Amino acid sequence: MTAIAEKNVTWVKPPRLNLAEQIYLPTVAQGMITTLKHLVKTVTGLNESSTQQYPEQQPVLPPHYRGVHRLNRDEQGRVKCVSCYMCSTACPAHCIDIVAAPSPWPDREKYPETFVIDELRCIYCGMCEQACPVDAIELTTIFSLTGMSREDMMFDKEKLLSVFDQTVKLGTDPVRTRGGRLSVAAEPADAGLTGSSSAQS
Amino acid sequence: MLFDLIPFSLLVTVFTIAVIFVGVLTAVAYLTLLERKVSAWVQDRVGPNRTGFDFGQPWLKFLRGFFGLGQPLADGVKFLLKEDVVPGHVDRVFYFLAPMIAVGTALLALAVVSVGDTPVPPTLQTVSSHSASEFSRRVFPATKSELAGMNTTTNLSEVRAGYAQYNNLSTIKFAIAPNVDIGFLFVFAIGGLAVYGIVLGGWSSNNKYSLLGSLRSSAQVISYEIPMGLSVLGVLVMVGSLNLERVVDWQARHGWLIAFQPLAFVLFLTAIFAECNRLPFDLPECEQELVGGYHTEYSSMKFALFFLGEYTHMITTSFLTAALFLGGWHLPWATDLLSPSMTGNFDIAYLFALLIKLAVFGAKMFAVISLFMLVRWTILRFKFDQLMNLAWKGLMPLGLMSLLGVVISRQFITPGTAQWGFQCAFGLVSLLIVGVVSLLLPTEAPKTVLSISRGRSHSATSAPELASRAS
Repeated sequence: MTAIAEKNVTWVKPPRLNLAEQIYLPTVAQGMITTLKHLVKTVTGLNESSTQQYPEQQPVLPPHYRGVHRLNRDEQGRVKCVSCYMCSTACPAHCIDIVAAPSPWPDREKYPETFVIDELRCIYCGMCEQACPVDAIELTTIFSLTGMSREDMMFDKEKLLSVFDQTVKLGTDPVRTRGGRLSVAAEPADAGLTGSSSAQS
Repeated sequence: MLFDLIPFSLLVTVFTIAVIFVGVLTAVAYLTLLERKVSAWVQDRVGPNRTGFDFGQPWLKFLRGFFGLGQPLADGVKFLLKEDVVPGHVDRVFYFLAPMIAVGTALLALAVVSVGDTPVPPTLQTVSSHSASEFSRRVFPATKSELAGMNTTTNLSEVRAGYAQYNNLSTIKFAIAPNVDIGFLFVFAIGGLAVYGIVLGGWSSNNKYSLLGSLRSSAQVISYEIPMGLSVLGVLVMVGSLNLERVVDWQARHGWLIAFQPLAFVLFLTAIFAECNRLPFDLPECEQELVGGYHTEYSSMKFALFFLGEYTHMITTSFLTAALFLGGWHLPWATDLLSPSMTGNFDIAYLFALLIKLAVFGAKMFAVISLFMLVRWTILRFKFDQLMNLAWKGLMPLGLMSLLGVVISRQFITPGTAQWGFQCAFGLVSLLIVGVVSLLLPTEAPKTVLSISRGRSHSATSAPELASRAS
């Protein structure tokens, strides 16, 4: 056990109460006035309540919010994904399942025949988004997703593309791309990550 | 015929019980909503505002909302339909008995509390020869000065007439058992029994948190009962009767007792906060420390019964506060103008007066309940020992001082403004005196370490050792 020198210890006593504090009532009255002020202000509407009336009033989320995924389309409406498996490799929850097939289009080798994300398994970390070399997968600001069964929550390619259509229509694009085009928040094309920059032109 | 066998007064009593019971249950339900609303407003929130009366049906959509007025109904349905879990480790007899005691005592105490203007029969007393008409009005003359001016005749015939009139069934009752002569003594006795519900519930649950809650409750009882008794003794000395209707009647003619005894009022208010287990004295059920306190193991309707008992208790004590200190149905200058007694069989003016008085009484009760709810969000919970300190070292001396002031003024000072002034001043001065004395008392504040600047090992040196070393 270490002995501590007395000069190194500072003793602090609680402050002594004055008469008004000792007989409680004046301080209680002060507290009641504070409580009443809040009550009256809230009831009369002087004090703007920060409560959002949720189902009617949807929250305005920041564009970098990580919600439901979407698969982006290019200008011709084709899926942008090149089936490189970078996202499913990066995914810590192993929730992305891709089956690649030879591409029917001349500008890429592969395209995803199926692309399924288990939304229940996903932890919404956004690492798929970071890993994607062609900005094909993104997390949107849609946060309320429901399903009647676990199978309902397995989002396939069509579903993920429809999320894209929905968010483009609503104008609630994620921060990196706007309506399929790269926004200012995206890294520059010469950052060395993307090889097929033709898809974004 | 069957109806000839049943006395009409019994029917009246059953009807009164039904009305008051349903009224109180509804009031309890909506008090829980008000409680949540007030909590929300004080914290700058909105509170429950969704549950209307649409029951989730789309075709009843127009009944949605209504400031959450459907919430109590939904809560009630939920309490009734939820699974009633009885843990295997409980003492079943007392576990089932406890909520019954809690709600039964609360409703029993309510029985004698009147909610409106119930006429009082005259008391048997010696009548002053020169002002018989005044003294026949139910004043209980007790002091020497009052007795001196009297001869020895009594008002026996008048009392008989008064009781005959009182038993006339055309009088409307605002209490299940009006004019009980042990009045508020009965309420306190039954209110004291209500603690058994809490103690038994906590003990029979076989759970350490429940047990701690009920232990605290029993410790709380011995703290607050005495100041409460002392504070109402002053009322008894002034009015000379425990009968609640008589107390109100006295105040209607002499002025509210809060003006006479503000100190006793504050003491009483503090004590009923403890009696109702409301913050700052909600030790038996403090959620932060004891999970749920004494009702941790209770679920479904049994929990709701505890809740019901608690809120009924709040209503009872609020009516009691209004009756004892705030003048009951009396409102200066307003209710004096109203028709005082029934003339004829169906007197509209009298019925109107009764309604107004009912509203005034209700408003006062509501004011006290609002105070309950505001104080909840103002004062922090007292610790166990702090409550005992407050009750035994603060409230009890104050209660004695207040009683002393009342007794002195009742014996030596003529009734009226002088009596009022003396009692008021005595109460305030004694409050100051107790405050000053408690300031001068030596405090045993524990020493607190602010910092140990070069200490190598903080954890190895415990605070008591540091304290002993420092002293």
